[in-house]
This record gives sequence, C-alpha cells and structure tokens, in this order.
Amino acid sequence: MSETLTKPLTAKDFATDQDVRWCPGCGDYSILKQVQSIMPELGRDKEDIVFISGIGCSSRFPYYMNTYGMHSIHGRATAVASGLKISRPELSVWIITGDGDALSIGGNHLIHMIRRNFDVNILLFNNEIYGLTKGQYSPTSPEGKVTKSTPIGSLDHPFNPLKLCLGADSTFIARTMDRDPKHQRDVLLQGSKHVGTSMIEIYQNCNVFNDGAFEVFTDKGTKLQETLFLESGKPMIFGAEREKAIALDGTTPRVVNLAEANESDLMIHDETNHFQAQVLTSFFDNPKDEGRLPRPFGVFYAEDRYRYEEAMEEQIAFATEKMGKGNLDQLLRGNNVWTVD
Amino acid sequence: MTKQVEEKQEVTIVFAGDSGDGIQLTGTQFTNTNALYGNDISTFPNYPAEIRAPQGTLAGVSGFQLKFGSIEVATPGDDCDVLVAMNAAAFKVNIARLKKHGTIIINSDGFNARDLKLAGYEKSPLEDKSLNDYRTIQIDVTKMTRTALEDSGLGKKEMDRSRNMFVLGFLYYMYSRKLEGTIEFIKLKFAKKPELIEANVNVLKAGYHFGDTSEVFTSRYNVKAASLPSGSYRNIMGNQAAALGLIAASQKSGLDLFYGSYPITPASDILHELAKHKNFGVRSFQAEDEIAAMCSVIGASFGGKLGITASSGPGIALKGEAIGLGIMLELPMVIVNVQRGGPSTGLPTKTEQADLLQAYYGRNGEAPMPIVSASTPSDCFNAAYEACRIALEHMTPVFLLSDGYIANGSEPWKFPSSDELPSITPKFVPTKNDDETYLPYKRNENLVRDWALPGMKGYEHRIGGLEKEIDTGNVSYDPDNHEKMVRIRAEKIAKIADSIPLQKVNHGAEKGEVLMLSWGSTFGVVKTAVKQCNAKGMAVGHIHLTYLSPFPKNLGDLLKNYDHIIVPEINNGQLVKIIRDQFLVDAKGLNKIKGIPFSTKEIVEAIEQKFELA
Repeated sequence: MSETLTKPLTAKDFATDQDVRWCPGCGDYSILKQVQSIMPELGRDKEDIVFISGIGCSSRFPYYMNTYGMHSIHGRATAVASGLKISRPELSVWIITGDGDALSIGGNHLIHMIRRNFDVNILLFNNEIYGLTKGQYSPTSPEGKVTKSTPIGSLDHPFNPLKLCLGADSTFIARTMDRDPKHQRDVLLQGSKHVGTSMIEIYQNCNVFNDGAFEVFTDKGTKLQETLFLESGKPMIFGAEREKAIALDGTTPRVVNLAEANESDLMIHDETNHFQAQVLTSFFDNPKDEGRLPRPFGVFYAEDRYRYEEAMEEQIAFATEKMGKGNLDQLLRGNNVWTVD
Repeated sequence: MTKQVEEKQEVTIVFAGDSGDGIQLTGTQFTNTNALYGNDISTFPNYPAEIRAPQGTLAGVSGFQLKFGSIEVATPGDDCDVLVAMNAAAFKVNIARLKKHGTIIINSDGFNARDLKLAGYEKSPLEDKSLNDYRTIQIDVTKMTRTALEDSGLGKKEMDRSRNMFVLGFLYYMYSRKLEGTIEFIKLKFAKKPELIEANVNVLKAGYHFGDTSEVFTSRYNVKAASLPSGSYRNIMGNQAAALGLIAASQKSGLDLFYGSYPITPASDILHELAKHKNFGVRSFQAEDEIAAMCSVIGASFGGKLGITASSGPGIALKGEAIGLGIMLELPMVIVNVQRGGPSTGLPTKTEQADLLQAYYGRNGEAPMPIVSASTPSDCFNAAYEACRIALEHMTPVFLLSDGYIANGSEPWKFPSSDELPSITPKFVPTKNDDETYLPYKRNENLVRDWALPGMKGYEHRIGGLEKEIDTGNVSYDPDNHEKMVRIRAEKIAKIADSIPLQKVNHGAEKGEVLMLSWGSTFGVVKTAVKQCNAKGMAVGHIHLTYLSPFPKNLGDLLKNYDHIIVPEINNGQLVKIIRDQFLVDAKGLNKIKGIPFSTKEIVEAIEQKFELA
C-alpha cells in the first residue's frame, strides 16, 4: 500500500484487534507498550518482523503484535526461531519467553542459541514464579521460596540468568524492569540494534502470585539505594544522593563513599570489557543481606561475533562457487552408471 | 593357468569379520563392481552397535550379505552360497546360514588359540568333520598381505588394514570381475596418502593373482547381467535415496531444503548425504537435540522452506509434542523415521517395523497425519518425494517410514530424469487484494489452508498451538468450534486419499484364497515368496502398501477378494491392528521380532500352512 510508504508507522500500527488477557496490574502490559513503541524505530516493515514465544503468561505476547508471529510450545521458541533465522536471515526476529520457559524447560535451547549467536532479540520476562500454572516456584525463585509446590520452602538454588548467558558466550546481555518504562525503552532499542543474540532480562512483577518480588529495585523509597544504572564510559555511581560508587579492590568489587574515593579506583562501565561484565553479573546479592552490592541495570556487555545464519549463507555460496549450482539430473545420475538396452 | 568359467544365475555371499576388519567396505565394493556388470543386487549390512566391540568376540562380528544375479533379485537371500570368515567368531555367528556344499573362505590367521577361545571353541572347527559338507578354502590372509607389502615400508598394523583388499581381490578373480572400479575407489579414498593407495592396490592385485595361480579353483564363476528393464542404472542405498528424493522435491517445488536433525542410528546418513549438497541451497542444521531439530523445522517451514527432519524411534518420541504443533499450525514438513529395534534404546543397529503405531497415534490429542512408507532401498527416493508432495500440497506434516534394513541396504536403481518427476505446487496465498482481510485458516475444497510467509505484506498473522477459531485462526475455547476443528483436521487428512493412486495387487492372484498384505521393507521377501507359491499353483496375491494413512480408497474392496489375509510384519502386529480396525476383516499377523528381516522360506511356509489348513 503506497499510503504506508509515505506515512511512518506508529506504535498503534503494531497493536492487534485481540483483547489483551493478562491479569489487571500485570507487568506484561508495560512491556507490551514499550515494545510496540520502539517498533517504528526499527526501520523495518511490519511484515518483516516476527515474534515467537513459548508457553507461559508472557508467551501470549505475539497475539498482541500486528506482525508475523508464532505462539509455539513450552521452552522451544528459541529452537523455532533458530530454524526460521537460518531460513530467513533477513527477518527481524523477537523471542518472548519467561523464566520457566527459557531457563527450565527451554534451558538447553537457550544456551545453544546464545553460542550460535543468531541475530535475534530475546526478551526474558523474569517474574520468579510460574504464573500460568498458578504459582509454583521457578528456576529464578530464591532459595526457601514458599509456593504451592514448596510449602516448606524451595530447595533449589536459583539461576542467575545473565551470568548463565555470559557463561554461554553471550554477545549481548542487559537487564531492565517493567516499572521503569524509559529505561526499558532505552535497553530494548540498544538490544534491537545489536547484531547477534541480544539477551534482555526484564524484571516483571506478577501481582497475583509473586507480588513485590522486585519491589526493592522499583519502589521509590529503595530504588536508588538498591540499583545501579550502568552508563557506558561513566563511573558506577548510585545511592539516594548519588553518594556511593563501585570500586575494584583487586578483582573484588566494593561499595565506596564517592566523596572519599580515589577517582582512579572507581569502576568505569565499559560494555566491551568481558571481565568487568563477569564482575557485574555477580552483583546478585539478596537485597536483605548486609554489605550487599546494588543490582545493576542496563547493558552489561556487547560484543561483535559472527552470526550462525550468515556463516551458513557463506557456506552455501562457497559450495555453490566450488561445485557449481546444483544440477538435479547430475545428482540423480551419480558417478557409476550402467545402461541396460 | 586358464580355468573354466561356470555360469551362475544368482549367488549369495556373506562377508563376516571383526568390526574393525573393513567388512562393510569390502561388501560395498563387491556390490558396486557387480552393479557395473549389470547384475540385479540386494544387500544387507548387519553390524554391531559398538563401534569397536572387543576384537575377536562374537559381539564384535560385522557382516555384509549380498545376493547378485542374472535374474530378478528382490532380497539379499536366505542362506548363502559363500561365507567369507575373517576369524573364528565370524565363522561361528554365520556358519548356520551357509548352504550345504557351500563354500567357506577362511582367513586361517583368525583361528589361532586366542581367537578360538574368544569365539568359545574348545578346538578349532576347521579340524572338525562337520565341515565335510562344505568346500573350505583356507588362506593365511595376514601372511599373504604382509608378504605383498614387504617392501612398502609400512608397519605391521598398517599392513594388516589392507587384508580386506586381499579377500576382495580373491573374490573378484573367483567371479571373473575386473579390479578397475575398486582401484578408482582406492585412489579417491586415499588421495592424500599415496603410500596407502599403492599398498591397497598391491594387496587387491595380490588377492586376485593368488586366485589365479593357486590351485584352489578348478573353475571360475560368472554371473551375467540381469535382464532389467532398459534404461540407465546406478547402485543406491536407502538413506542416500531418501536424501536425493528430498533434494529432488526441493528443486521441483522451488523451495530451498531445510534439514534440522540430531544424529541417531540408523538415520544419520541422511544428514551426512544432505550436508554434502549445500550447492543445492540445502541448509542442514545439526541441532542440540531431537526437540530442537523438530522445532527448527517448524521455524523453517513457517519461513517458507521445505522443512525436513529425520530420526529413529527414540528421537521421534522426543519430537512428538512439536509434531503436534506442526499439525495444529497446518504447515508443511516431513518427518522421516528410519525405524530400528525398540522399545527405548532397543537394538540401534537392527531393523524393525515397530513404529507404525507411534506414527499413527504417538501424539497427544486428536492429531492425525499422513504416513508414507518406503519398500526398498531405491524406493526411499519415491517415498521421500511423495511425502514432500503431500506435505506441500496439503499443508500438513507427513511421516515417512523407512527402516534400518532398507536404509543401509542397496540395489540397482533405474534413476529418473528430473523432468519425469511429477510437479509439486506449494499452496502459497494468492496475490493480495488490499480490501480483503486475510483469514489464515480459510480452506479450499480439500480443506487445505493457504501459506502466507513473513515478508508478504498485508498477510501479517499469528498462529500457535492453542485451538483456533474456524477461518480466522484466532484463539478459541468455544466447545462447538473445537469439535468442528478436530473433525476438519481429520477430514483434511482423509481427503488426501483423493490425490494418491488406487491400490493395485502388486503380484499374484487378483482374488483367491490368501492375500499377503505388507508394507515397508518386507516388500522384496513377500514378493519373492508369493511368486514361489504362485509357481506351485497356490492362489495367493500380494498387496504392498506405500500409503498407510490415509489408505488408498479401494483397499477395502480389494481385501474382500480373498478368503484369508495375512499381514507379515517385523513387529508384534501393528498394521494388522489398523486393518482390522478400519475394515472389520479377520486379518492375521505373521510376525518376526528378531531385529532381522524375514527369510523367503519363513513367508512361504506361512502361506503353505494356510493352504494345508484350508
């Protein structure tokens, strides 16, 4: 349609006619809104964008995006997306998954997608609970978590998702939260621009089964104390009055008083520094612990590494150049033919 | 010394040795050479699951059976005329299959005290009177090989690796075959190691000359070319034929082939073959597991490629949920099951037809899908091509059933030219009319929906595993809608019967007392048995099914033409259940569950028994 060529797309163009069916107050609404709002900035046509999800509350997401989409099966969105991306490298592919979907039933596909570095965006909605099945603990629930399936407390040690992904040689890891739309939007845009697998963990509140799981990071009273917003090239400063900073003591990060600190000891955020990214993913203390480090938000790490699908195209081009474009009759004939008269 | 040449109509040979003896290679080379001489051939490799089972043990015996002839050859033979035994264990495992007065070619070096002990012999069977019924040719192959390579500078271990070439050369002499084909093969195989080319060729020639100069034979043999239908032929293995069928379907449909799979015996050779043909636009993807392989195919198919996966029973079990998604999405894809002995890990290197019910019913919910089966090694090509055609023209996942026997077996193939292959027309959406709303689940007269691909403007839509509303494809929990959709999906598959050929009686009586109703790899043996029984005057017919779901529309009528229906299967009775269920006929099973194919004799006996009882 020529009209759409002249008229730029807006967030509204990406909404569908389907009723959004998440619980009132769910953090998913905010994420949907931000994703729809950044879509026009991708510079892609709607038909070239695909959303693929697994199973879980968040996985309803594709039904609400007026693009191509697939609501697949539990844990497998990453595997479906792998096949799609190899087949159609030019598409903008977005994977919507949750903590159970990505890290429990789909853990294997997640790490393999990351090592292959397909150019896709993974939005991991982490609410530290199984919502769709009505409230069992998830692989990111803290130790001792009391849920329907763990009445005396969970025995599982939780995954640290970004550390796991960095361990699988992720080329882009970032964290944001549902309650900070501006930050979310900024991180989503950075992820969308990364060429490779962008892993974006989004802290998302499940107000029905796990309300307040991330409250210390989102509540006005504690947010500034408990969070560290990463900014490229800048020292890591946080606190109610921005009075605290992170300094490296050898390889150990410590919270220091900014006024008393030696400026050269302060950690400066550098997205290309793998060691520093490892240190930052370890900022994973229980917010109740004394002497805890703040929880970082923003882009931890970004690296340019070859994409599987591009390498596949190169192999096909190489094989075609070397052997010539496949000739079916020659293939059927093979090399050892005899004739019967 | 010139020897007389004696003509033979058909010969069955079993090569047997340790799994490290190069038996499969020897058998394959002997097969390829005879193929070039125009013989009809059928082969049956039979090897252990262990890559290198303990040397010299019964468990480590690898065998390769082939029958070649100047007359029609439809099975690799029941008993063999010639047994090549590289050691005592190979002798012990295979001697029972040697015909009376058959020939045993023995590597005497494989019968020393240690070999005998490992094979469980107290004294050497070679000194036993029981061998009097056979013609025994004893050769110290190890010594002969080392002598031939005296000046090669190779170590003993390396020299001994060429022993199989000595035996092969010897047999080439015995059956009046030239060495050229194998010499060419050796040159290619060892292109980067000229010293090994020289060694293997020398040993091959040494074996040939030994046949010539020794006084072992009074006469040589010859098997003339078979009178096959005129045309061009090549030799082909089942898995290779399946891979070629998939590529042919990709080329004829104009869709690139995406192949997502996880390595598993006996299906991996399809992956190996396809990976060689990237210049056909083949995207072969070795996924992290069976589930990912299946899901990647779904993604590829969603993107508009010809999505294929292959596995064997255990892998198919893992793919089950995703196959169900494929059925729900109504996207085209083909799932190849190269069946092996089950359940669980079962018998990985042995053959079985025990996954038919899994293909029929092995998914949650009402999830019907078409099933096509291959009957011989070369028929894997046709079946693969047809599976792709049905998938693309009917927008559905399709099962293709093969098994370890035909996957690894080989036979001459009168290959088609590309323009002889039927056309394949994918069901893409028509050019978009701007005013029209696209309904992803709107169907044509065959209940087939249109295929809209990402990138097509105006067709943006969402599909998923939740039940869909008729036409719109929106999520629907409406009870009436669900019942209708279940019935629509079933009817869509049933309607495929309109686009497949009517069933013919493949051989024998068009009506009569007994019908042998078979599917898959039992084709050759049932055909041979029925022909033998017909020759004895028995009114027995043979119907062999390629289409297992849906069945050809006239099958029920054909079944009424016989008093008795016997369903021979390498399982505990699976097709027989479905036949009884769908046609309410008193079909009886004939079952063998030993991980090996039927012998012709077993089928003939079952038919004869029916006639004696009647």
